[in-house]
This record gives sequence, structure tokens and C-alpha cells, in this order.
Amino acid sequence: MADTQTALLDDLDRSIINVLQDGFPIGPHPYAQVAGELDTDETTLLERLQRLLDRRILTRFGPMYHAQHMGGAFSLVAMRVPPDDLDRVVEIVNGFDEVAHNYEREHAFNLWFVLATETPDVIGQVLAHIEHATGHRCYNMPKLEEFFVRLRVPV
Amino acid sequence: MDVSDLRTRLQRIRGDTVPLAAADIALIGAIEKGLPLVSRPYAAVAEQLGISEAQVLERLAALRERGVIKRMGVVVRHRELGYRANGMVVWDVPDDAVAGLGQCFSRYDFVTLCYRRPRQLPEWPYNLFCMIHGKSHDEVHQGIARLVRECGLQRVPHEVLFSRRRFKQRGARYHCPERREPPHAPGEAAHRG
Repeated sequence: MADTQTALLDDLDRSIINVLQDGFPIGPHPYAQVAGELDTDETTLLERLQRLLDRRILTRFGPMYHAQHMGGAFSLVAMRVPPDDLDRVVEIVNGFDEVAHNYEREHAFNLWFVLATETPDVIGQVLAHIEHATGHRCYNMPKLEEFFVRLRVPV
Repeated sequence: MDVSDLRTRLQRIRGDTVPLAAADIALIGAIEKGLPLVSRPYAAVAEQLGISEAQVLERLAALRERGVIKRMGVVVRHRELGYRANGMVVWDVPDDAVAGLGQCFSRYDFVTLCYRRPRQLPEWPYNLFCMIHGKSHDEVHQGIARLVRECGLQRVPHEVLFSRRRFKQRGARYHCPERREPPHAPGEAAHRG
């Protein structure tokens, strides 16, 4: 599936994704400005963006906030779930709106999710609910220090 | 959440940041799901908020200046773009060496994130986490080998946890009162990869 999706991107799609991962202008005609840099026109850029969003290659187009600056909190949480109980636990965990990401990983600690909450104290409340509902321990591993974040993948 | 709740919460922001004005909060709420795909997106947002386009531009620039907005741009779904091997590499590093290694890792483009996190002894001894997004497991392993060699980690225990299935991926949302989803809505289709 991933290969099919990538194969469907043409050079313009790739340039759009690469350029917009670096930033987006704040000005009266931002799309026209970006289109100019990409040697295309505004209408084409808007159509392409809509298509990339529709195809779910892009999840969102807009601002990335700094959660802590807004009083919010993030934490990474791990669980060790017996494989035959995993589906049930995943459903419970995903049911919490505070869970932003949730991955199964190849390890005894096999379930890893990110909580994004409006205040730090909500993290503990959500984890207590999850432990109660699943019967498994949550290992809370909040960020203590950030060395860098470079969420950029060249395509 | 209404504006007064948000204000209370934002008063708690530590450090020297000035609390956000109600207009900033409304603006953040208006664009957090994404900018409109129209010729003058900031004018469209301004109209929705009942302020001028110039005010929107000015406030956004100030929010970016203050670091409240880290950047404007796109969020990609890396798996759909061929980055199928998503390896979380965890290291058990002496506490006083963590910062130096974080610096060393930052020199490698293939490392996308790097954080110090607490150990959870005795089950979980690892305190330095980094993420390597590669197109294959081999590519991730090659990256790890370079880090081991070039950052002097030959004697540091580490493990790589590849992702198997993604159950949910969405941007964090902060200021959207209508964001509640049904409690058992399946997040997103699980992908094997």
C-alpha cells in the first residue's frame, strides 16, 4: 500500500511535500508565494494539496504548536500486553481522545502510545483509567529533555 | 472548553511567557485543524473571527516569534510515503553522558527525534530515546551502526523497537471544543508494515 501511494506521487507532489515540511509563509497570498517557488500556479497548488489531504498522505496542513507553551502536556507511555489480549487493550486505549498516537512495537513492551492533554495533571488521570480498564500497568515516560525534533522526511 | 477555561489554564504557563490574549486563543482554535485551501486563507480565517486579515497576520507572526507556533507547514504520514521502518532506538546511557550523546545524534539527518526519558527500573533501563525513520529495517540498522561507531556507543546497551502496527495517528489538538469523538470509535485502520 505504501509503495502504491508513493508511486502515485509525481515530481510536483514531491516538491510540494518537501517544501511545505520546511514551513509555510504568513502573508496575504501564501499559496501564490509557495506556488511561485515551486514554479507552478496557485490553483494547481491548491488542487494538489486537496488531493494529498484526500488521499491521506498529508494529515494536516497548518500550524504546529508547542504544547508546553500552551500549558498542555505530552507523554510517551508503554505497556506490556499479552499478545492474545492486545486487541482488547488497543480498543480501550484508542477510545481515549487524549491518545494521539498508538503503535504496536516488536518488544515485550509492545504497546506505545502518546498522550496529549490540556494540562499535565490529566496525564495521571488518563493513565489511572487505562490501568483500571485494561488491568495492565502503564509505564509513563514523559520527556525530561528534548535534544531535537526534526519531523521531516524527504520524498 | 470555553475561552475562560482556556485563559485560566494559560495563566499557568511558566517562565517569562506572557499569557495569550483571548484573540490569540480564538485564532489558534480557528486554524488548528488546518488552514483553508483558498487563495487568501488568512483573510478567510479573519472573516470567520470578525477581525481583519492584517490582525490575523500580525498575531500569527507574533505567536511564531514567541514559539507558541513552532512552524507552519504540513504533517505527513510517513508510512504512506515509503518510510515503512519506524525504529525507536533506546539506549541505557550514564546520566552524565546523555546531553553529549543527544548533541552527537543531532548531527545525523536520519535521526528525527531525540529525547531523554526516565528509566523504569528494573524492567526498563533505557533513558535516551531516538527515532529513526527508514525505508527498510536494514537502513535503520545501518543508521544505528553509524551512531554506535561515530558517537562512541560500543559499550552502551541498546535495543531497537520497530513498529508493527499503527493503531492511531492524529495531530494533537488543543482548543477545539467539538473535538470529542465517540469513546469507542476505532482510531484508524490498523496497518501492517
